[in-house]
Amino acid sequence: MVQSLNRALRHVPVWAVWLVGLIPLALLVWDTVQGHLGVDPVRDIEHRLGRTAIYFLIATLAVTPLLRLARVNLMRFRQALGLICFTYLVCHLAAWVVFDMGLLWGQIVKDVIKRPYLIFGMLAFAMLLALAVTSNRLSIRRMGAGWRRLHKLIYPAAILSAVHWLWALKVWESWPLMILSVILTLLSLRLLGISRFRRAPRPVPGRG
Amino acid sequence: ALGLTGAPSAFSTDEKPNSLEDITNYNNFYEFGTGKTDPAEYSGSLKTKPWSVTIDGLVARPGSYALEDLAPDSALEERIYRLRCVEAWSMVIPWLGVPLASILNKAGVQPGAKYVAFRTLEDPDQMPGQRSAIIDWPYREGLRIDEAMHPLTIMATGLYGEVLPNQNGAPIRLVVPWKYGFKSIKSIVSITLTDKQPETSWQMLQPSEYGFYANVNPQVDHPRWSQASERRVGAGLLAGRQETLMFNGYGDQVANLYSGMDLAKYY
Repeated sequence: MVQSLNRALRHVPVWAVWLVGLIPLALLVWDTVQGHLGVDPVRDIEHRLGRTAIYFLIATLAVTPLLRLARVNLMRFRQALGLICFTYLVCHLAAWVVFDMGLLWGQIVKDVIKRPYLIFGMLAFAMLLALAVTSNRLSIRRMGAGWRRLHKLIYPAAILSAVHWLWALKVWESWPLMILSVILTLLSLRLLGISRFRRAPRPVPGRG
Repeated sequence: ALGLTGAPSAFSTDEKPNSLEDITNYNNFYEFGTGKTDPAEYSGSLKTKPWSVTIDGLVARPGSYALEDLAPDSALEERIYRLRCVEAWSMVIPWLGVPLASILNKAGVQPGAKYVAFRTLEDPDQMPGQRSAIIDWPYREGLRIDEAMHPLTIMATGLYGEVLPNQNGAPIRLVVPWKYGFKSIKSIVSITLTDKQPETSWQMLQPSEYGFYANVNPQVDHPRWSQASERRVGAGLLAGRQETLMFNGYGDQVANLYSGMDLAKYY
């Protein structure tokens, strides 16, 4: 089963992942243009972009556990998944700066320095920016073991993103709590799994 | 009682009211869920007829008062007020209602009464959001007696010439336009006059973030976000933000209630 799935996956081009990944963005643009976003489109645009970014962050994080635990190999798509996540993150940030804050740079800077949920969000952005710019083959080759160490930042970035979401709300809401627990589960799988799966062969050298 | 009318009021703003669509589809009413459209979607189960409000505590005539007696249609005024949410968005709403003072006077306020405590209906069958314990139900709010008797403070039973929609706090809700929206408690079943400052839901939940007074104040930020500016709901994608006004622009009428008080301490 898994083998035939992996065989089939080998025929899926990476651009197809991009195409599927950009569907939520297309739907959002469509809903905005059609006026389907309800009374406060600013909030909807900002939140949908942020949520989608986190979903793709989780998808990126799930690639390694899927390979190690289920032997499903999505490694070829991991870079695309990460960059799709980053695309939504940039759109989320832009929506906040332009639509929500109305380009009030003074208040933007003051808020980012002072508000914990914005500090968490911006730290996650800084980390994922570093990952995005080093996600190319050249960086992987040049940075050697340092690349893998740098890209472990995806875990703190994911936790910060979920905390950023929770911290912006007035009460504990179940969906973002669920997202945080998924991220923590993926992280613990990684931490616990290291010794247990160390002997498993690494199909893609240098990109574990 | 469709087609309510209210006498115009000098307290009304001349700013353009939000559409009925805006006002009825963007609500914080956690009794029906935490999403902004949850109240519009799930408040159909709320039964508002018949409705009575218990008024007790330090009053001359405690008892259960029928809604029609507390806010008869003939006594309604139209009050077009700004509403500023603690989440830093705002609207303009054409309420229909009566001064809270007129209701309290029906019960006869005793001289020892210093505060008014309000409670929302508690019934998870009608209010499905109450099945999750995000708040210690029922929702509670309170005012100091001078705030409660202030002519700007009303109990609304309608908006835009119609009976109050369920998602907006039917059949009767408080409206205190110089305070953050969460003070304006909805679907009220009980009013208690007391000599002690009552517990209020958001303060109970997070006292470092929400105070008893909750006056709109651009200089005192919420610990997690700025209150200096606000976004007017319905203004469009590129409308940006506007400055938040002290006491939501009602300072001329209410600032004297708080003279000498440290508003950073009593937030």
